[in-house]
Amino acid sequence: MLQTAQRTAKSKTKKATPASLRETAVGRAAPPHERFVEAFRWMLLARTLEEKLVSLYRGGLITGGVYIGKGQEAVSVACGLFLQKSDIFAPLIRDQAGRSAFGEPLLDVTRTYLGSRLGPMRGRDGNIHRGHPRKNELAMISHLGAMVSVTAGALMAKRFKGEKNFVGLACIGEGGMQTGSFHEGMNIAAVEQVPLVVVATNNHYAYSTPNDREFACHDLVDRAIGYGFEGYSLDGTDLGACLDVIAGAVKRARAGRPPQLVVASVLRLSGHGEHDDASYVTQEMKRQPFARDCLKVAEQMIIDLKLVDPETLAAWRKEAVAQIDEAIAAAQKEPTPEGDKEDWCALSTRALIDFVE
Amino acid sequence: MSITYLEAICEAQAKLLRDDERVFIYGQDVGGTFGGAFKATKGLAKEFPGRVLNTPISEDAIVGTAIGAAMQGMRPIVEMQFADFSSIALNQILNNAGTHYWRTNVPVPITVRLPSGGTKGSGPFHSQSMESIYAHYPGLIVMTPATVEDAYTMLIEAVAIDDPVVYCEHKYLYYHLKADKLPTEGLPTGKARIAREGRDLTIVTYSAMLHEALAVAEQLAREGFEIEVVDLRSVKPLDTDSVLASVARTGRLLCVGESFPWGGATAEIVARVAAEGFHLLDAAPQRLNAKDTPIPYHPNLWSAHRPNAKEIARKTRALLRE
Repeated sequence: MLQTAQRTAKSKTKKATPASLRETAVGRAAPPHERFVEAFRWMLLARTLEEKLVSLYRGGLITGGVYIGKGQEAVSVACGLFLQKSDIFAPLIRDQAGRSAFGEPLLDVTRTYLGSRLGPMRGRDGNIHRGHPRKNELAMISHLGAMVSVTAGALMAKRFKGEKNFVGLACIGEGGMQTGSFHEGMNIAAVEQVPLVVVATNNHYAYSTPNDREFACHDLVDRAIGYGFEGYSLDGTDLGACLDVIAGAVKRARAGRPPQLVVASVLRLSGHGEHDDASYVTQEMKRQPFARDCLKVAEQMIIDLKLVDPETLAAWRKEAVAQIDEAIAAAQKEPTPEGDKEDWCALSTRALIDFVE
Repeated sequence: MSITYLEAICEAQAKLLRDDERVFIYGQDVGGTFGGAFKATKGLAKEFPGRVLNTPISEDAIVGTAIGAAMQGMRPIVEMQFADFSSIALNQILNNAGTHYWRTNVPVPITVRLPSGGTKGSGPFHSQSMESIYAHYPGLIVMTPATVEDAYTMLIEAVAIDDPVVYCEHKYLYYHLKADKLPTEGLPTGKARIAREGRDLTIVTYSAMLHEALAVAEQLAREGFEIEVVDLRSVKPLDTDSVLASVARTGRLLCVGESFPWGGATAEIVARVAAEGFHLLDAAPQRLNAKDTPIPYHPNLWSAHRPNAKEIARKTRALLRE
């Protein structure tokens, strides 16, 4: 039998810790987490990048959709930040911050959104459906829940090959948690006892459908026991809590504890995609504590605790914009795919192509 | 010594496990002392500890796990307990495995074994032939071995192929088909085999229907007709050249498949021959499939639902008269 535990993150109380108690010798306060400032920079980069993508989309320069992680950056960054290159990361649609923290180059993003032939997806797939499986960043499919078992399988392979100290992290939303694929994936991961962390972000809407039409259990984290996972919940608007709890889950999975489920509560501060005005989000919902903007909360903490001076913050912002502009300009100069030059072959074994005129 | 189609599948897996440390077998009841619902993995869990693994009844996650493992360099063989249940795994097979190489340039070398086709008394949910569904989607290879020898060599080849392979093994052939010994090599995948030579009419078929077609050819030979029988071996890739070459010899084409009649492998063959070999035909190409109803339980109904030798003979005679 698995030993399962269910806890609520203690870090909720941490944000109330008076700054004065955390003063350091140099006169600055200690951050709520040692990687707080670093994480904030990835969040800032992701937010700035996605704002830029939105404006490109509105300007008609992006075909298809734009799906952003506004309001979910704190959870997402924590998902990518504690993984090593040899770990497996299966991000989902609102994980720009986590992808960047895991090591995804900005150029991957702009090439995919702008349809460069040189990007990882070469115009064959777009927007958030991108990845580098050889670099352990899995390329999600749109069918939610499917990547949980894929991540579990990748971890089984590592175990077969005799690798040590590895972990996998798969992201999901509360919407995706209701699929059969997700349930099967969670169960099989626990049966196989792979070192998996599943981070579920409850952003309170599956497209337009609120929680009360998504599930009827008291709390999604309660499912951890049923799956044979250890479960933790956290306030996804609190970067310190996200870093504490997700780092802890990654550490425990790496150390051989049962698979870990983390359920974060946030409000999606955008539409499902940029085509969606999210008019279904009620005023009451927007007044909830989890509706805070995690980026603003983190920035305020940086200012309050004097972790970084305002000039440096402004410089970081400028630097993010410059990096993003450069990545966009580079991708825009690159060739787009062309139908008559495309290699229309879905198999790597070319001798086995079934050719029809 | 004689070896059955089922034993050939088991032997192929034993060889694969012995020769390639990347191989593992993943499926419901395949492990322990049980060795699978049909005993296709009998004895393997004991001989290869930790590499023949029982799974929960979670077809989606079984295939998803295999996909993840394959991305990391393993060569998983998935056993579906029955081909019918692979419908639960369609998403992983079609949308994940089938799209992966095209999207990411990283192929997913999984082999999914589907115990396929009808047997007496098996009913609507333990009798299906799914090859046409898988063949319809890009990115998959679909094998349909009809002989003991092919069951053996094609499974070994399936695991060696870098792309996802759906390997449709026929349950009716498991015990009915025997060979004296296993071959060391077979025809390559994608190459059809002329199972019987003839000059009056070509029957193109695959899997268990091959044996019904051969019985009909034997029967009609006594009436003076020479029927050529082409065993496709894999429905994707489909060896159009061999089919056209046969039709060039005979001028008449009948395609026989056990799956449902709307679309599918037989329709694809007729379409290709009509498009590329219209001038070779002396009569309109014909096809014969199961009936367009769920597969019935009772043996009296089941034997009338699938194409059988009697029905194939009737259709062949009619086409010979054209």
